[in-house]
Amino acid sequence: MPPDRAALARLPAASRFILRGKPAAVTAAGNVFGIGLPEQACRAAVAADRAALWLGPDEWLLLAPESEGAELGATLARAMAGAAHSLVDVSHRQIAIEVSGPNAEAMLNAGCPLDLDPGAFPVGMCTRTVLAKAEIVLWRTMPLCFRVEVSRSFAAYVWRLLEGASREFGPQPKRCGE
Amino acid sequence: MLLIVCPYCGERPEIEFSYGGEAHLVRPKDPASLGDAEWADYLYARSNPKGVHAERWRHTHGCARFFNALRDTLSDRFLATYRIGEQRPDLA
Amino acid sequence: MSANFRTAEDGRIDRSRPLGFRFDERSYQGFPGDTLASALLANGVHLVGRSFKYHRPRGILSAGADEPNALVAVRRDEARYTPNLRATQVELYQGLSAESQNRSPSLAFDIGAVNDRLSRFFPAGFYYKTFMWPRKAWERWYEPWIRAMAGLGRAPTLPDPDRYANRFAHCDVLVVGAGPAGLAAALSAAEAGARVILCDEQAEFGGSLLAESDATIEGKPAATWLAETVALLALKPRVTLLPRTTAFGYFAYNMVGLAERLTEHLAEPDPALPRERLWQVRAREVVLAAGAIERPLVFPGNDRPGVMLADATRTYLNRYGVKCGSRAVVVTAHDAAYRAALELHRAGVAIAAIADLRTAANGPLPEAARAAGLPVRPATTITGTGGRLRVTAASLAPLAAESDRRGAEPLTCDLVLMSGGFTPSVHLFSQSRGKLRFDGELAAYVPGHSVQQERSAGACRGVFGLAAALADGAAAGEAAARAAGFSAARARSFACHASGFGTGGIRSVLPNAHGAKAFVDFQNDVTADDLVLATREGFHSIEHVKRYTTTGMATDQGKTSNMNALGIVSEALGKPIPEIGLTTFRMPYTPVSFGILAGPSRDELFDPVRTTPIHDWATAHGAVFEDVGQWKRARYFPAPGEDMERAVARECRAVRQSTGIFDASTLGKIEVVGPDAVEFMNRIYVNAWSRLGAGRCRYGLVLREDGFIADDGVVGRLAENRFHVTTTTGGATRVLAQMEDYLQTEWPELEVWLTSVTEQWAVIAVQGPRSRAVLEGLVEGIDIASRAMPHMSVAEGRIRGVPTRLFRVSYTGELGFEVNVPADYGRAVWEEIFEAGQPHGITPYGTETMHVLRAEKGYIVVGQETDGTATPDDVGLTWAVGKTKPDFVGKRSLARPAMRAPGRKQLVGLLTEDPHFLLEEGAQILAAPNQKAPTKPLGHVTSSYRSATLGRTIALAMIAGGRDRMGEMLYVTTAERPVPAKVTSPVFYDPEGARLDAA
Repeated sequence: MPPDRAALARLPAASRFILRGKPAAVTAAGNVFGIGLPEQACRAAVAADRAALWLGPDEWLLLAPESEGAELGATLARAMAGAAHSLVDVSHRQIAIEVSGPNAEAMLNAGCPLDLDPGAFPVGMCTRTVLAKAEIVLWRTMPLCFRVEVSRSFAAYVWRLLEGASREFGPQPKRCGE
Repeated sequence: MLLIVCPYCGERPEIEFSYGGEAHLVRPKDPASLGDAEWADYLYARSNPKGVHAERWRHTHGCARFFNALRDTLSDRFLATYRIGEQRPDLA
Repeated sequence: MSANFRTAEDGRIDRSRPLGFRFDERSYQGFPGDTLASALLANGVHLVGRSFKYHRPRGILSAGADEPNALVAVRRDEARYTPNLRATQVELYQGLSAESQNRSPSLAFDIGAVNDRLSRFFPAGFYYKTFMWPRKAWERWYEPWIRAMAGLGRAPTLPDPDRYANRFAHCDVLVVGAGPAGLAAALSAAEAGARVILCDEQAEFGGSLLAESDATIEGKPAATWLAETVALLALKPRVTLLPRTTAFGYFAYNMVGLAERLTEHLAEPDPALPRERLWQVRAREVVLAAGAIERPLVFPGNDRPGVMLADATRTYLNRYGVKCGSRAVVVTAHDAAYRAALELHRAGVAIAAIADLRTAANGPLPEAARAAGLPVRPATTITGTGGRLRVTAASLAPLAAESDRRGAEPLTCDLVLMSGGFTPSVHLFSQSRGKLRFDGELAAYVPGHSVQQERSAGACRGVFGLAAALADGAAAGEAAARAAGFSAARARSFACHASGFGTGGIRSVLPNAHGAKAFVDFQNDVTADDLVLATREGFHSIEHVKRYTTTGMATDQGKTSNMNALGIVSEALGKPIPEIGLTTFRMPYTPVSFGILAGPSRDELFDPVRTTPIHDWATAHGAVFEDVGQWKRARYFPAPGEDMERAVARECRAVRQSTGIFDASTLGKIEVVGPDAVEFMNRIYVNAWSRLGAGRCRYGLVLREDGFIADDGVVGRLAENRFHVTTTTGGATRVLAQMEDYLQTEWPELEVWLTSVTEQWAVIAVQGPRSRAVLEGLVEGIDIASRAMPHMSVAEGRIRGVPTRLFRVSYTGELGFEVNVPADYGRAVWEEIFEAGQPHGITPYGTETMHVLRAEKGYIVVGQETDGTATPDDVGLTWAVGKTKPDFVGKRSLARPAMRAPGRKQLVGLLTEDPHFLLEEGAQILAAPNQKAPTKPLGHVTSSYRSATLGRTIALAMIAGGRDRMGEMLYVTTAERPVPAKVTSPVFYDPEGARLDAA
């Protein structure tokens, strides 16, 4: 893919957990996860190949490589034992799409009503929002790169919408799942 | 499209939110102790003011939190938003 | 025949590349930079349409968005046929094909023109007065006739093949209009560092600058300054320039809708480009620089082709190099028409006379006209025009002799220039809910109090003239940037030399024009007399006058006519204009296409199509799908040659006799986790959960606070603090929202959290007496023998290595399991089970069979048996309600008198007397076969199926006092006659539940 083109790519499978709970549990989880869970609204914290995304005042999305899932779940549960919390494996609930390139903002703004200017939506910002008629989690991972997390049954819709929006910017990227 | 200040996430477009009706209606602690008329009043009676209205919104496609808002039903302007459990702000 | 009215060298057209185009099957030539209107005028064509009501010949009046007459259809092919476009806004391209509208058989000879001669029979309110009676004639005769006669083009007959895009955008300053004021505003704001969007409806930025002949800005010709300014703005990374983009609507919180046309002007549109794009711009500050619209004069015959707005002829001359005629009569109440006369005169157009309605014509422009030898006639009016398809003469008369038309002097001409002055374009300001103010000095409505973050600049707020507009725009841009937080903003100042704009204006009908066809609203054919008649008939509010006469209600929303209409009504009622009021400006400013409003939301993107992990398997196995909300669900799996009835009968038999496999992945699923999970469940559900052990399941019922059933589903307790809740497919979001509502707002002290896992788990239902045998060899780590895993239990283990939550549940009445596996494994596990089931005759079944099986058992579907007014008792679910719980959502409402009143509708079974007659769902139920209407039905059929198992049809119904009517014969309506059916128990099959353990 030439670097000046809008790019759309499906990201590999991942381990995902939704963590909700009281501060004691959240602190304990951060300690074993290796990333302090962000307290600032709409921010993600990253370390190596793991990430913790603030989704709500007591809700985080934890991302890790697919292979670490089972053990990670057990480790987190052990660390939080005794502190009120809810840890739910949602690895298969959603899939991830990467939108990148100089036209990434324009492609996303075909359906996302947020201001994606780097001043308003800097690297490290993440939030649930909408993309046309689908709900997504949008995370700016790099200046010209966004990660879109979408429920699996909405993925085809989101992919098609983004693909349609990308058409005017250059050759078509490969199709989702191919 | 309205612009609503989520008390957690900041200014967001209306389509991320859902409306939740009048605010500060507390569910009775012991509904069984209420008479039929009182219970019907809790269920159905709403103030529906022309002017400042305290109402619930949920940032459904955002942080998913419910919060309260003061909105002028005449101008459709939001005057304040605040978290559940916080006092209704005094606008004066 | 096409004469050449093109000048030798003026204008912004590219004369090196002639373009061929067609209008009404005739070929013409124009140039890049032309509009259809300018190209037609260059060919001497003025007649372009027939009027709406009287079918009068009409020509091009204006040069822009205000055009009321020149509505044409542009046709690329039948699917790309666009009616009602203003020829003044259609850009010319090679091969453009356009046609006129509302004429038959041709523009020059139109049968409908008889209406014009009958016009005294078509007064204001004609339709209201005439088409009243008889009622039936409206559909059969009046409406088709009106539609045929009063045409506004036709719709294309094929689906639109083009793509339409959407873009959400944000900026610090949105500038609407790229004329001198808008450009100056954009410059000020951009130089302060603001993020700026500048849009203009025209192909080129510049507005009035595009028609300037001799003005200079900063020492440069206006055209040079314009080119340099646009280039400067284009270089700024935080400036977005949007030509061909109409700001059509101003919405709440400074959201402005822009319609961008990307390919309409191209001979061969790039298929990668969308045809149009809707911009939803949220601006911190808005600068409206929308300009002003010249007013026509209202006099007899003012609609004859060749009668044009004075400033428009100047635009055609200077921008397009087109002379609109050879010999012109000018009639004006404003100095600006002198500028047009002078420039046309210099281009070689003879000026027969300049009739000025004012008693004295002084000031620099009239003086310049006199100096150039033009015949200026102060205190002179126009009493009429001559000609049929084109003006051939104009009659002038001294104002003093107005009462005597015979004193009029007819002057030969092929062009009449008129100017009644200029009306500020306050449309968007008004849409923003700003309050308009009547400016007595300007005699115009101008923006008054703002309610949003916007300001107007230049002619749209009554600041006229080039120098003034530049200064006003620069100041507005500075103020907007400051308000958006750019405190260093400075307004540029521009040294500008331009001829003055002058003063003047009239808003009414010209003297002595009553009693003749003096048009106010050209597009809707409303005359000055119509308005006066309306006031005589008692319509005094301008809103009523508007609706009665339809003035201002055409697609141009009265851009050229509103002020004249106000003036006429004001005179008729003897009240000043501000007391008449003003009609509301509504979006869109100019018409927008349906395509742009739909945007990408069409075809497969109309709505998300949600599919399960097993969808592709079902497709490959010939499933017929049905829509359940946004989901596609396999409805049945027909074998070759089978219709639905046969397929469903076969699938039902398979489940009852051996085993069936069913995709239940769409079921809503919520994980309820935390120390207070059981307390929370007790409060939300009617059921009691405290004594449900880990590893067990229960059928759960959720009410709304008003006591009516909201949803249901099986709930498994995975551990002390963890419940796996299922909901209906359609109820998933609603139930989670209701749970979150109570948790966040009523019981924030509870330590419990909710997570949607609907899409985490693929759910494979394996149902039937052989289901255990099928699964036995696949399941690891779970003993699925009946002792270890009884009906309504749940266990975690593996199935062929895949982690699974295995439920022993049944929605069929048979022994059954529901295998939950992480979604990515759904298809693989499904195929493993299907393979293992082959020796047992495992049969895939769909939602239709699922429905038949559950109806045979009398299991309800929320939303089918219930309709938002059913209590647990109504549908026979009292057993589910925890009797000893002090409270749960909806409990108090169940005790209200109406909820316990006798005669409520109750769930029962219905068996038709004819065992093969299939009732219609929704059919009403009567007590007797011959009840006369109106009658109150006893209830209605909620479910109706053919049961292969029972060899007959069955139905469920909600019937008043139904449980006390067992055995009664009632009558169910059909299209022909009520048919008899007997009231029975809703459980038709295995009422003892023995089959749940039959293996």
